[in-house]
Amino acid sequence: MIPLFLGITLITFVVIHIAPGEPVEMQIAMNPKVTAEARERLRKFYGLDKPLYVQYAVWVKKLAMLDFGRSFAPGNRPVVDRIKERIPVTLSLNIIALIIEFGVAIPIGILAAIRRDTLFDKGMTVFVFIGFAVPTFWLALLLMYLFGVKLGWLPISGLHSMGSEGFTRIHWFLDLLKHLILPVSVAAFGSLAGLSRYMRSTMLDVIRQDYITTARAKGLPERAVIFRHALRNALLPVITLLGLSVPGLIGGSVIFETIFAIPGMGQLFYGGVMARDYPLVMGILVIGAGLTLAGNLLADVGYAMADPRIRHGKG
Amino acid sequence: MRRKWLAWLPLLLLPALLSACDSNKKGAASHHAGPGKPAYGDALVVGSIGEPSTLIPILASDSASFDIAGLVYNGLVRYDKYLRLEGELAEKWDVSPDGLTITFHLRHGVKWQDGREFTSHDVLYTYLVTIDPKTPTAYADAFKQVKKAEAPDPYTFRVTYAKPFAPALESWGMSILPAHLLEGKDITKSELARRPVGTGPYIFKEWIAGQKVTLESNPDYYEGRPYIGRYIYRIIPDNSTMYMELKAAGIDKMDISPIQYQRQTETPEFKSLFNKYRYPASAYTYLGYNLRNPLFSDKRVRKALTSAINKDEIVHGVLLGMGQVAHGPYKPGTWACNPNIKDLDYNPELARALLAEAGWRRKNGDGILVKDGKPFQFTVITNQGNDQRIRTAVIIQRRLKLVGIGMKILQLEWASFITNYIDKRNFEAVILGWTIGQDPDLFDIWHSSKTGPKEFNFIGYKNAEVDGLLEEGRSTFDMEKRRSRYYRLQEILAEDQPYTFLYVPDALPVVSVRFRGIEPAPAGIMYNFIKWYVPKEEQMY
Repeated sequence: MIPLFLGITLITFVVIHIAPGEPVEMQIAMNPKVTAEARERLRKFYGLDKPLYVQYAVWVKKLAMLDFGRSFAPGNRPVVDRIKERIPVTLSLNIIALIIEFGVAIPIGILAAIRRDTLFDKGMTVFVFIGFAVPTFWLALLLMYLFGVKLGWLPISGLHSMGSEGFTRIHWFLDLLKHLILPVSVAAFGSLAGLSRYMRSTMLDVIRQDYITTARAKGLPERAVIFRHALRNALLPVITLLGLSVPGLIGGSVIFETIFAIPGMGQLFYGGVMARDYPLVMGILVIGAGLTLAGNLLADVGYAMADPRIRHGKG
Repeated sequence: MRRKWLAWLPLLLLPALLSACDSNKKGAASHHAGPGKPAYGDALVVGSIGEPSTLIPILASDSASFDIAGLVYNGLVRYDKYLRLEGELAEKWDVSPDGLTITFHLRHGVKWQDGREFTSHDVLYTYLVTIDPKTPTAYADAFKQVKKAEAPDPYTFRVTYAKPFAPALESWGMSILPAHLLEGKDITKSELARRPVGTGPYIFKEWIAGQKVTLESNPDYYEGRPYIGRYIYRIIPDNSTMYMELKAAGIDKMDISPIQYQRQTETPEFKSLFNKYRYPASAYTYLGYNLRNPLFSDKRVRKALTSAINKDEIVHGVLLGMGQVAHGPYKPGTWACNPNIKDLDYNPELARALLAEAGWRRKNGDGILVKDGKPFQFTVITNQGNDQRIRTAVIIQRRLKLVGIGMKILQLEWASFITNYIDKRNFEAVILGWTIGQDPDLFDIWHSSKTGPKEFNFIGYKNAEVDGLLEEGRSTFDMEKRRSRYYRLQEILAEDQPYTFLYVPDALPVVSVRFRGIEPAPAGIMYNFIKWYVPKEEQMY
């Protein structure tokens, strides 16, 4: 895993440095008050005057001591601090959205499979595909306009109301929840289609299996057939999906965070790339790479737990 | 199941959106009635696209950082409402007769927000840390012209220059930093970047990353305590969201776009809640020609291009009239701007005549002019993401086509635009903008010594008379003398047309009607922010 990890860092390091423009450039380009000398001073400060392999060696050496370095943005704060202040928001938002997504999509998939070709099945198909097809930003703006401006029920953007510092703890928490309703609904709505359709098709596959017919022939009640026999098997591939969504938990969506003014990882990463803030970009990618590897591992373990065939090496 | 569906409530109500036309505005009563009595308190909530990066101004490079720092710190000098320099921390200053020495007489009794007294030592420190090669600042150059800086007593600060340098005075508007909190420490690791301490009208209170920065009024401010109790800077990265926050009273002030000004806010309802302001912004947009390219080296061709472009049409089409035609590099109405320069008006006949004179006579099958077998075809580049520039390019493209010039438009991502095209001089023509500085010195943009790599005369303009005027203009403090040099500079630029100056857009801020005391001036509206107030009965926060 370590060589794989190093390989990932090397490739990303090279790619981000190949991109045109430098952090210094991005900060001061087209400002006539900044002369070439000042530019050189800044490049030297960030160590950009050294050859690329030296820069990489310095970076890896620091990383080995778990030091992500300091951001190249003015202010020059440690990368860890900048990531730390944004992870909780992104993580909790994504976890809530993920729970809702799985909680809604799986039942939709199962019910659609059981009642194949009924009105419910068709209606749900249309519903989830609308969510898939509607541009997030557009839907978000419409909802904001309706609930924020016209009706005034929900806050439009951000995470807290003005003066939330003085709220009681419960009030503060409710205020936060109110701010989360729109973003979480929009995020979950957009991702329903994939998962529910997937769930429907695996469920259909399983229902056609011989052992389901056997179970029915035994005279088991339909509930037991579906939930005990079919569902357990149909859920296996979903576990893989769950594992694969682990790295996504710290990655946010730029468009979405920008629209709702949520200070999450997506914005941080996007801003970092646009400003060519190399240490910040590398820091986030390293964490992302780590989580991807961990997520794969987790999916394998989860699979083994759910499926005795894999556990016993007979898969 | 049921409970899970609750989260979906907003979505299920989507169709209601289509029928929702009634409005239930909070604070619907109009408060236009009278100015009210000045009172302390309330808060101004401002929306900003960007988040500040550092609150130590010499290290910052973004406007969000300067917005905040400008309220927390003071400089020695500042621009007043008419954009003339006046003393801020310096009560007054003298320039020696030879123009080499500036002596600042500092204000007595000014206190840092932590209670320490402000003295000339702080000024000296700010100067020294700025020129320190270890400090990663982009603003050392003006201070580096200083030959000697001294603080003979706590209330006097004196600088001596090697040669008279007029823009020097402006450079002392840089925020003065507290020496007692920074001296002997590494400024790049100072916590002042996150919690600044200044001498200004507002005291830093908190900064919640990615969400907001809060400032509180400074009761001991030397010009008097500001009326507005708090200044809250909300970070809302999307313009549409910000506009909705404005309508829902989540923010009190933002800059709106021409289309929002003209088409979305002309309702009685909006006007009862917000005052709209409009004044020329300190910026202009231009079409610049790479003069190294044989296509554009002939002055007659450049004049023909300008005559072929209808600038009024661009102001109306792109800015919906919210701006004015630019004739030169200065903001109309400022002291250096020559109101009498003879710019070329829209005149396609003249354009055709000038082109014919320059040898562009025949047209090929596509209606493009041809000379020596080559068609008059070029590519204009501009940066991605700036819709106004792109729309400008499209309008120009059509007008040029009418006189037989083919123009292609290429949009580029900013980094690539700068690094691969502008810096490498790898372009034919460019649509870009400049911010108009308060000091009229334009040495870096027009002087022939500034055509080197990464320098700002990237179009390669060289004119000996312009060089002389620029050198004279920056080496005297006499305003009349400077004015005469810059007037002449504008005449030459109008004659040479190295750029086709296109337009100066208007700044369009809107502010909630509960704020009183706003007096638009050439400097904008924020210059007298400490005098704004909300009458007691209308205060919201």
